[in-house]
Amino acid sequence: MSKSNSRWIGLSFRVGAIVLALLFTAIVILVTNANPLDVFSNILDGAFGSTDNFAHVIVSWVPLLVVTSGLLITFAAGLWNIGIEGQITIGAIFTTFILRSLQDSSVSPAIILILGILAGIIGGALWAALVGWLKVYGGVNEIFGGLGLNFVATAITLWLIFGPWKRPGIGSMSGTQPFPDALSMPVIGETSLSIWPVIIAIAGIVIIYILLSGTYFGLRLKAVGKNMRSAFLLGIPTTRYMMLSFLICGGFAGIAGALQVEAVYHRLIPSISSGYGFLGLLVAMLVNYQALWVAPVALFFAILNTGSIQLPIVLKLDSSLGGVLQEALVLIVILMEGARRRFMKKE
Amino acid sequence: MDIELKNVHKWFGSVHANDGINLKLPGGIIQGILGENGAGKSTLMKILSGFYQADEGEILLDGKPVKISDPASSLRHGIGMLHQDPLDFPPMKVIDNLLIGKEGGLLPNRKQAVKEFKDLQQRFGFDIDPDSYVDMLTVGERQQLEILRLLWLGARALILDEPTTGISSLQRIKLFETLKILAKDGMTVIFVSHKLEEVEGLCQRVAVFRRGQVVGEVRPPYKTMDLVKMMFGKVVSADSRVYARSGENKLTLDSLSIEDYRLHIKNVNLGVQQGEVIGLAGMEGSGQRQFLRTLGGLMRPVGGKILLGKKDLTGRPYHTFLESGISYVPAARLEEGLIPGLSLTEHFILSDESRKFMIDRSKALTVTQDRISSFSIRGTPVSLIEELSGGNQQRALLALLRPQIKLLLLEHPTRGLDIESAIWIWSTLKERCKTGTSIFFMSSDLEEILLYSDRILVFFGGKVSQPIESVETSVEQLGQLIGGKGFQEREEH
Repeated sequence: MSKSNSRWIGLSFRVGAIVLALLFTAIVILVTNANPLDVFSNILDGAFGSTDNFAHVIVSWVPLLVVTSGLLITFAAGLWNIGIEGQITIGAIFTTFILRSLQDSSVSPAIILILGILAGIIGGALWAALVGWLKVYGGVNEIFGGLGLNFVATAITLWLIFGPWKRPGIGSMSGTQPFPDALSMPVIGETSLSIWPVIIAIAGIVIIYILLSGTYFGLRLKAVGKNMRSAFLLGIPTTRYMMLSFLICGGFAGIAGALQVEAVYHRLIPSISSGYGFLGLLVAMLVNYQALWVAPVALFFAILNTGSIQLPIVLKLDSSLGGVLQEALVLIVILMEGARRRFMKKE
Repeated sequence: MDIELKNVHKWFGSVHANDGINLKLPGGIIQGILGENGAGKSTLMKILSGFYQADEGEILLDGKPVKISDPASSLRHGIGMLHQDPLDFPPMKVIDNLLIGKEGGLLPNRKQAVKEFKDLQQRFGFDIDPDSYVDMLTVGERQQLEILRLLWLGARALILDEPTTGISSLQRIKLFETLKILAKDGMTVIFVSHKLEEVEGLCQRVAVFRRGQVVGEVRPPYKTMDLVKMMFGKVVSADSRVYARSGENKLTLDSLSIEDYRLHIKNVNLGVQQGEVIGLAGMEGSGQRQFLRTLGGLMRPVGGKILLGKKDLTGRPYHTFLESGISYVPAARLEEGLIPGLSLTEHFILSDESRKFMIDRSKALTVTQDRISSFSIRGTPVSLIEELSGGNQQRALLALLRPQIKLLLLEHPTRGLDIESAIWIWSTLKERCKTGTSIFFMSSDLEEILLYSDRILVFFGGKVSQPIESVETSVEQLGQLIGGKGFQEREEH
């Protein structure tokens, strides 16, 4: 079988998976007594109906793109960084700390925002390093370590919001006191979208792509992920590479957390990570860990996320339908991948 | 049973493992399948036994075309395969191993099975207790068990893949007798091997494989040279001994002691010369592997010193050993040496010691093509490493070694390889010796140890013999030492 032929077969299996996922979701919608076409057109309308709606899509695309970029690094090293949610959260906390400390000082807002992002990177990386350290030196599987630290990160957030950083008067689930307008990133027109996070996110995925496809570092990381024992005997310092991959992924998670604070919520809120970490894991699996496809697929997920927000208002349906579609998509794509392999074997 | 293969093709990625095989295997004879590693013989046998499906072609049993989709259906058609490593369930009883493969029936009739098992044993003069546990059996007995099991399940054709590896010579004689009885009874016996004497002594017909094709079918009397020519396309002969040792001590072991959970190696004192080759002989598990791993920095000695030149490496991490010029080549190629999922080119990029950040792809491709041709690796730069045959993986593993090595440690450098590859590998190793590399290697092939070592250490249950000059010893003497006879203990300090 020729190479291009097999590529077309691969592509048609993917497209088939998307169609199947849509069908599956349609059935779920039918069960709830709604019209699937209504729902899909509402999702599209919610995402593209106005400039503002589309701006929201991009706002949601940025953190997803950033965390998925980071996750490609841990996946390359064969690691499941489930702890990414906690790393986003701790990044956001570090950013909030810098902004709170400097908001009344004479430092220029631009510098404060940059320092905030750097602090976010450090926070996320530290939290990831903890997972890595537990894995490498403590023998704790990164999935368990990460999951545990996610809960710890949430607990710290709640403690800060209701404790030391509570709003004047009484702490509330709506988060800390918003920062002054001067500390907001400049937005485009009347929308809530700022250009800087978009630039950062795109630069991030480009860096990851180059790192993984063109550098010794990336190749060694893949070697560690595919066969740690051989990689070690070949002279690659495997523990250092595993730690580095955690640090990089944590750093990216920290950027996402920082951007959520600086450009979206302008404060620390209890659910600051908004599930982007877990969603990023899904995107990474869906694109089969290929950096080239992360941006478009993350955009598609962002469209579903944003588009389904208005479902409860318009159709009295729960907005988690978007999530149903996303998760069905990932499951079915992975399923189809297995089917494709069997099919190609028979050919 | 008559087996006929028509135009069978099988590809693995870009490798054409079976290229239009046509072969008739009639019942009642022992058919030899001869070929070097990677010639396609194992692939074809796995197609017959249902582990792989052919990409093209037909299989006819007694003239009827059949489709063999998995191992169970192959056995239903009466084809049983005896694998190189026994596929049994060691923690279970012999009789339960038998019953596992039996189809139908929720409750197995154990009593009946035991009786049938005993009858079968009698026919061949085997003596295995049906109530013993499989992990108590020797490799040879496990093989006998597997033959009995396949017969009991109704096999009318038996495929044996390199069946004489790892069994004693007595068990080999027994095995050959058994095969002769089976053939006399009308069974098809297919004997796959790369050992010429065995094939010549046993088989009534031989099909020779080379590069995925059947290049010749021969009947006795066999001319060895003709068979060799067919297998390799040319005649190869073993190198005469090459000596490269220089008299200068390169590596010094000073009362080195090694321990793991079942072995104690005590007080080894040894000076190894530049360019010297030291062979480690002994039964598998007598301490050679632990010894090699310790020299490679993969295990920490419990006492004594390892000195490379004047540098004390004792207790240093593996990377220091590697940086000092010590390389370790493991026997488990795909588990410890190579990285499945990466291409040949990517392997060579990983092995270059560049400190640069970006990979120079075009340079890497040149290097890879260069190494592929100088190490005669059958594969392309984009071939994934797991697509290569065992012999070619071994070549790749050696091609990955750094150019300057002071001490090279090899586990079974030619295990499972054909003669040509083995000779070729040793000629490259001897080239390295001439540039000053010292070599330690372990092998279960005494001929190999005698032929290529300057000195030999024999291991027996953690005891290490005095170094023996290989020119002053013989297979017989080494064989006795390996069995623990005439063992002179090293003097204790």
